[in-house]
Amino acid sequence: METKVQGSNSLVEELCAIPGGAGIRECIQCGTCSASCPNAGSMDHTPRELIAMVRAGMRDEVLSSNAMWFCASCYLCTVRCPRAIKPTELMHALECLAVTHNVSNARVRTPTMYRGFSDFVYSLGSVHEMGFMTWFYLLSNPLRAMRMLPLALGLLRHGRMSFKARRLKPEAEGQLRAILDRAETLGGVQ
Amino acid sequence: MKYYTYFPGCSSSDGGAKAYGASALAVAKALDVELIELEDWNCCGSTPYTSTEEMASFCASARNLALAEKRGLDLVTPCSSCYVILNRTNSSLKEYPELRAKVDDALAAGGLEYHGTTRVRHLLDVFVNDIGLDEIASRVKTDLGGLKVAPYYGCQVVRPGPSFDHPEAPQSLDRLVQTLGAEATRFPLKARCCGGSLIISEEDLALGLIHKLLDSASSNGAEVVITVCPLCQTNLDVYQGRVNKRFKTSFSLPILFFTQLMGLAFGLKGEALGLEKCIVSAKKALAGRVGR
Repeated sequence: METKVQGSNSLVEELCAIPGGAGIRECIQCGTCSASCPNAGSMDHTPRELIAMVRAGMRDEVLSSNAMWFCASCYLCTVRCPRAIKPTELMHALECLAVTHNVSNARVRTPTMYRGFSDFVYSLGSVHEMGFMTWFYLLSNPLRAMRMLPLALGLLRHGRMSFKARRLKPEAEGQLRAILDRAETLGGVQ
Repeated sequence: MKYYTYFPGCSSSDGGAKAYGASALAVAKALDVELIELEDWNCCGSTPYTSTEEMASFCASARNLALAEKRGLDLVTPCSSCYVILNRTNSSLKEYPELRAKVDDALAAGGLEYHGTTRVRHLLDVFVNDIGLDEIASRVKTDLGGLKVAPYYGCQVVRPGPSFDHPEAPQSLDRLVQTLGAEATRFPLKARCCGGSLIISEEDLALGLIHKLLDSASSNGAEVVITVCPLCQTNLDVYQGRVNKRFKTSFSLPILFFTQLMGLAFGLKGEALGLEKCIVSAKKALAGRVGR
């Protein structure tokens, strides 16, 4: 069974072209995803609502929603969905679309955190936790950075913080960079 | 001797979970398992890269798989996030030929080829299912004296799957705990979420989830919790003080990596296992229990 999707709907088309996204046409709006989601209470729209909104063509409302940014990738919705949709993948796809189309949401900090993490992967090939955390807290809110100090000192005292970042050998770093630069020219996963 | 290609992931190699990496290697050695680190591996991308630059994240992840293929062994990781992401790359590249073509194109820019021949495994799966509980039992040298252990699986070691255990009511870790001579306590939330990396950007939200987990473990009599994921350990251990402050609780639950508990049962020294790296000290819980 394929439930009806409103006329020409570019957001549905876009999602269907992304690996794991085509399931959105199969949703029967049972709400199992929302009931399973540990963070649905913090979302402005539950996962079930968000899927309904995508199918109703509410592009701007969907991409500016905070819902996908509260997905912790626990995959509980994915293993329970009776239509074998992968709501977690849909959430990731919506996050990517929001980033691609530069739709910002001032109320959520997660996109900034994700971007910072991604920059570390791109530039170093691995994530230097101390550098990444320092960068994020200073950027998002210096006051929060102050609040993190006791925690950081605890980690330091217990030998859990490395000042030096792990580096790949120069040729391996070059190889990764060549791959990622090429990836950027390929026009997304569609 | 059994051989595997090893993918420690950023956190267990030189990050906050370096005790996980160290104890994993020590325990593997004791079990005659050789974990050969994948040379010049890069970050799997984890959820953040996947959720912002999907194409690049597939390619970064595929580079690791392509490198691992050259050796022809299973690729083993102790990190649940690396496990999910590398597996997702394998399955997506099989399922979507157009994506595969693009990833092949990008890999070629780095002189690499991907053939999809590498199986990605979690270290827990390898220990429980390849080495086996009988073999593990035969290496136990120290009586854990029925230490009450809450087996915490978290999410990504069993979901989305297909995995080596049940997605919501897994048993591998429970059975491992019993094999080691400890007692696996009832832990209704054993496969529920700790908040993952949202602890960084949405701390209040994640603290609520961590509180529920600590409460579930503690109220069922656990003396320690064991985890199979660097981030789960960090959230439950490093942020336990914050949970106590926020919810006016007084949890003092040591959070160990499952490999640390194995090492203790095998009679390995605490320093080799990095026990001193736990923020919530395990000394009291283990006193009079381990090494009697």
